[in-house]
Amino acid sequence: MNALLALLLRDMRLSIRVGGGALMGALFFLIVVVMMPFAVGPDLNLLARIGPAILWLGALLASLLALDRLFAVDHEDGSLDLLMMGAMPLELAVLAKAIAHWLTTGLPLVIIAPVLGLMLNVELKAMGVVALTLLAGTPALTFIGLIGAALSVALRRGGLLLAVLVLPLTIPVLIFGVAAANAAIVGPAPFGPPFTILCALSLGSLVLGPVAAAAALRHGLE
Amino acid sequence: MALIDFANPTRFLRLVNAVLPWLAAATAILFAIGLYRAIGAPDDYQQGATVKIMFLHVPAAWLGMMGWGLMSVAALGTLVWRHPLADVAGKAAAPIGAAFTFICLVTGSLWGRPTWGTYWVWDARLTSMLVLLLLYLGVLALYWTAEDPGRGARAAAILSLVGAVNLPIIKFSVDWWNTLHQPASILRIGGSAIDPSILTPLLIMAAAFTCLFFTLHLAVMRNEILRRRVRTMQLMEAQRFAEAGA
Repeated sequence: MNALLALLLRDMRLSIRVGGGALMGALFFLIVVVMMPFAVGPDLNLLARIGPAILWLGALLASLLALDRLFAVDHEDGSLDLLMMGAMPLELAVLAKAIAHWLTTGLPLVIIAPVLGLMLNVELKAMGVVALTLLAGTPALTFIGLIGAALSVALRRGGLLLAVLVLPLTIPVLIFGVAAANAAIVGPAPFGPPFTILCALSLGSLVLGPVAAAAALRHGLE
Repeated sequence: MALIDFANPTRFLRLVNAVLPWLAAATAILFAIGLYRAIGAPDDYQQGATVKIMFLHVPAAWLGMMGWGLMSVAALGTLVWRHPLADVAGKAAAPIGAAFTFICLVTGSLWGRPTWGTYWVWDARLTSMLVLLLLYLGVLALYWTAEDPGRGARAAAILSLVGAVNLPIIKFSVDWWNTLHQPASILRIGGSAIDPSILTPLLIMAAAFTCLFFTLHLAVMRNEILRRRVRTMQLMEAQRFAEAGA
């Protein structure tokens, strides 16, 4: 348990202090959201209606951006090999890395989402709901992305491949995230079912992601 | 004769060479019967002759899904037993399954235009099938990127198992979400909802498509084994050359 905590803290320190990887995702999120009104026009009613979708799409792309750092840096300096040879099960080590990654890149997206929602004319009441769906859904993005990161680090040259592999698998998360947000804001449909499915996707990928990622690392880097 | 006996590629190639002509012949015969019966099948009282697109569309959809199922089984063979033919089988299934999925989407789109009035809707069944195609393309990209075939195969095997989550979603999408695509009518509780005059040609066409799938699959597997042999021989030749030069 100590080793797990140490790894988690180490990864968080690294991503906050070195290279600014943590804030880069949030910055990218900001830019995507700012670009949207230029693309669809500055009609505030329209923006309010598609605001949750824009926020979700921006968060999805931003979380994708930082994914290749998840294993690539550790692979380059050799610490990934140490992790694989260490006493801690690789699945747990991968899980710790993923949690650290979510805390440093996923959580900032959730936190800045309400501010960006203001720019899209999303109501203040609704903004809490959108942030809640992001809070429930972004872990799923990280844990699914974990698989893609593990697959692409084993193959080198995997930067673009990562997006191709991960994006189709994240479609359900996007569907239910936007469905839950829309249900709470405009729709007559109830908020509960899509939100519960969103939570289920996060929990399911929490189980599946580390196992598949550890298998990918074992088979790819032996 | 156990399954493990076919781990020997030479023995497997002998088997393929023996089986392939018969399988190809069976495919041709089944397609002849199936197409004849399909043309003879009565038109639908609402859709007219366009209903006959079904005879291509439905088997292609089944085989697109079966291709991924086969890849998932092969993935278990690759990861659990390290069966040397399993990764060849998985790699061979990917482009064929992708092609059938693509055929399913295109025929469905052409069928949708006269019956639904649109080429494409973002309905659960259509979307999940499109996701299947994207997953196939991802696996193919993985194979293209990998420098070492064995390593690429193991990475693709893991992605196959992860992507298998999509298969039940496609199957039950029409039951879970009430959308434009018609609900399950062939494999359902309470028996098929289709009249035998249409169901029989459809099943014959499905058998024909399945035979086509396996004919192509075995042929591609044979090519892949031969390609790997050529690669190994080239590597050995290069090594011999390097040793002679040193």
